[in-house]
Amino acid sequence: MANSKLKRRLNRGSFHQLTSDPALLIGVVLILASLVLFIVYPLYSAMKLSLSQDGAFSLSQYKYIFTHSYYRKSIMNSIMLGASVATLATFIGFIFAYAIAKGKIKGSGFFQSMAILPIISPPFMFALSVILLFGRNGLITAKLLHLDTGGVYGLKGLIIVQVITMYPIAYMTLVGILQGIDPDLETCAMNLGAKRLKTFFTVTLPLALPGIFASWLLVFVGSLTDFGNPIIIGGEFDVLSVRAYLEFTGMGNLPRGAALAMLLLIPTVGVFFIQKYIIKNKAYVTITGKSSRRGSTSVTNGAKTGLFVFALGVSLFVLMFYVTIISGSFIKLWGVDWSLTLRHFVYAWDVGLTTLKNTLVLATISTPITAVLGMVIAFIVVRKSFAGKQILDFLSMLSYAIPGTAVGIGYILAFNKAPFKLSGTAFILIAVYVFRNVPIGVQGGIAALKQISGDIEESSTNLGASTAYTFRKITLPLVRPAFFAGATFAFVRSMTAISAIIFLVSARWNHLTVLILAQTEIMRLGAASVLSFALIVVIMAFIFIIMKLTGLKQSQIFGTTN
Amino acid sequence: MEQKKNKDYLVLKDITKIFSDGRGNDVTAVDNISLTIKKGDFVTLLGPSGCGKTTTLRMVAGFELQTAGDISLGDKLINDIAPFDRNMPMVFQSYALFPHLTIFENIAYGLKIRKLSKEVIKNDVAMVSQMVNLVGLENRYPGELSGGQQQRVALARALVLKPEIILFDEPLSNLDAKLRIQTRTEIKRVQQMMGITALYVTHDQSEALSMSDQIVIMNRGEIAQVGTPEEIYDHPNSSFVADFIGNANFIDATVSEIGSDSITVTVQGKTLTVKKTDEVFSEGEEVSLAIKPEAVDVSIEPTGFTGKLDVSSFLGSITEYKIEFENSFITAVHSNTTGYTMKHYKMGEEVNINFNKEFFRIYKK
Ligand SMILES: Nc1ncnc2c1ncn2[C@@H]1O[C@H](COP(=O)(O)OP(=O)(O)O)[C@@H](O)[C@H]1O
Ligand SMILES: [Mg+2]
Repeated sequence: MANSKLKRRLNRGSFHQLTSDPALLIGVVLILASLVLFIVYPLYSAMKLSLSQDGAFSLSQYKYIFTHSYYRKSIMNSIMLGASVATLATFIGFIFAYAIAKGKIKGSGFFQSMAILPIISPPFMFALSVILLFGRNGLITAKLLHLDTGGVYGLKGLIIVQVITMYPIAYMTLVGILQGIDPDLETCAMNLGAKRLKTFFTVTLPLALPGIFASWLLVFVGSLTDFGNPIIIGGEFDVLSVRAYLEFTGMGNLPRGAALAMLLLIPTVGVFFIQKYIIKNKAYVTITGKSSRRGSTSVTNGAKTGLFVFALGVSLFVLMFYVTIISGSFIKLWGVDWSLTLRHFVYAWDVGLTTLKNTLVLATISTPITAVLGMVIAFIVVRKSFAGKQILDFLSMLSYAIPGTAVGIGYILAFNKAPFKLSGTAFILIAVYVFRNVPIGVQGGIAALKQISGDIEESSTNLGASTAYTFRKITLPLVRPAFFAGATFAFVRSMTAISAIIFLVSARWNHLTVLILAQTEIMRLGAASVLSFALIVVIMAFIFIIMKLTGLKQSQIFGTTN
Repeated sequence: MEQKKNKDYLVLKDITKIFSDGRGNDVTAVDNISLTIKKGDFVTLLGPSGCGKTTTLRMVAGFELQTAGDISLGDKLINDIAPFDRNMPMVFQSYALFPHLTIFENIAYGLKIRKLSKEVIKNDVAMVSQMVNLVGLENRYPGELSGGQQQRVALARALVLKPEIILFDEPLSNLDAKLRIQTRTEIKRVQQMMGITALYVTHDQSEALSMSDQIVIMNRGEIAQVGTPEEIYDHPNSSFVADFIGNANFIDATVSEIGSDSITVTVQGKTLTVKKTDEVFSEGEEVSLAIKPEAVDVSIEPTGFTGKLDVSSFLGSITEYKIEFENSFITAVHSNTTGYTMKHYKMGEEVNINFNKEFFRIYKK
């Protein structure tokens, strides 16, 4: 502690290191410039538009929004949806994580995959599936229960799909926290006389509380900024992200659309700050000393069975949606004609092949750029000190906090005129992918690099290795998992993007998710299913290839980034 | 209280613990051990890492269920009693302090579970804090305490329950050497003052020797020897114990003659007579002689035994010599306080070895 403080003081931000290292100087300037251009400037453009009337500063858009019940309603809806989904998803994610981390239930490998699957799926796959199962011609509602209902559209349907989409976020946040709670603590509580339930409520739960809080906030923001699900099954239930999109593109009311998108920015940036500056510091310091690390007996076999059944139930429920999508690809006319057919494939081939290719091309180009940029920024942030380093760190993480809708609107406004006329090009899409996904790479890289203390590198150099050799033999192997994790996430997120890119696609450069959305809107559910299925297959193939080529395990890729 | 002393208190009978991972890889961590602990005694399980000490302790505490055997406490079988009903507080190697609770709340945890009144809790915590020297730290969190202080909180949290028995699992292994010695006297003092029975696990022989009434030496899940520190130190019953507890030197020898209460052996062509033990030897058998470093000295005068000096370490009051003897290395200790400081030998030089022959013990190879 004292040592690192001292180091920090010695290094504290002079320009010296920058001026004496021209390569670093040029690198930092270039990166900062691109972050400003592709993150700050679009945001500024959208904000400026939302705050001006006839060229002058004005709050009129916001005033209008808050004085009309129509808009107030969508704000309230978004908050209500977000709160419900956050609560439910955190609850499910917690039980899931508890079952795996503390219950050590059988089949945890399978359950872990089930918690990752929704993360690598197209954004509204579940919504599509829910329509097939519970919609007007839904398999369960109409065929099995003979209900004549359109009830799945709206709040209920949205809660279901968002909870399934986002319980993995809660799971990923909580599983690490629960694993980090030393089993000795639970064993000790019981040793001091606390029964199992008492142990859970006085030790395990309080220690997980910061994680539960973090998970709730993350899911809340995830729900708020989700665009794919609400646009498909939101129905009459209006939410902010969809309202902003419709206002901006549908009605052509650019300032109001921008203002609505800016409203989304408030909670996301708020949560970003809470995450970065409050929760991180609040997390309980682990006590020094060797833990026996033996499983505690705090979970009885009965409870284990209960946890197993719960996890299995959730997993099967999730799997059902995938089975539905696959079935939907082969069924002639869902709900009407159940005979098998390949015609959706033929049709999807016709309308979707070019788009699939383009989507893949853009994701493949942007992925390595994102991963390398992320690692370079992480390296600079961790290993170099110079004035303004905090700004670099902050900017590179900030884009994580900007909702996709705001990014999309910002990009249109910023890049539709000289000197940065980019709209309609492939470049603008690549830029969105790179700068929206770079925070994941940075975060993973920072975490990995921090594990390697400078001492290891120094001792290697001290033993006579050149800097390049040290980097190749010591640093690189240690950051490799984080690098490929960052790359995988960048690829997956590029392939499944929608909320920002829906503003930016063009006839020449369309995105598969946008195409699926269009097919769903015209009720070509079979084709939408085929295309969703194809997207999942491509993503899984990519992950499979990455794992084969690098020898990394699933847990290494999905465990390092969160 | 007094008449209860010397009564059998904690009894382990034929205890075995087998861990199986369900894939046929069974580990026998504890192998059919029996042990009786008397009320008020300080008993130490001592042995190398992995020999089953912690597993034994955890079975006593109820965290682990024995595969076979019975555990009873004061005549009552406790096999089926849940860990939270056993009232045998344990001091963990990791201390296991609750990081989200203050020191006061940590110490009061067990009392609160027992639903004692606020008054009582406050008094008891204050008393124990006083006893282990934690006064003034009650409102801090464990993360804000030094290692030694954390260790004392763990101790206080157990003591405050006024238990009849306390379990310790290497409680001092995370402290630095000086603090370790200081704390072990403190633990011993409190244990005697409160008349608590203690079952204490360590792999540190000096800790065991200095604190215990009885030492139980364990090796590979079995008990190798039980005895007072003096018994074990002076009469190790196997070469394992001799090595573990006294860092003994081992010398190869051959039995040449067996007498009524002594055995004559040959080393370097010279004969030595050693005391008979319970083990049975035959003439011509290859054996090991064990002797502690303290019973080996170097000498200027010829002694009949010579070796080649490897390293000498001057440690102030003593000098330690590592000497190559009979194809292996032995350690000799010369005391610099009683006589003169030994002359300075060079590496590889031939030195005379002076064995204090009555300290030789004979063991099977
Ligand atoms: N939960 C467990 N599963 C499998 N093997 C275990 C488990 N706990 C301990 N062991 C094994 O049992 C043996 C004894 O361990 P332990 O009691 O911790 O020894 P000690 O405390 O003396 O170092 C070791 O070989 C250890 O690997
Ligand atoms: Mg142990």
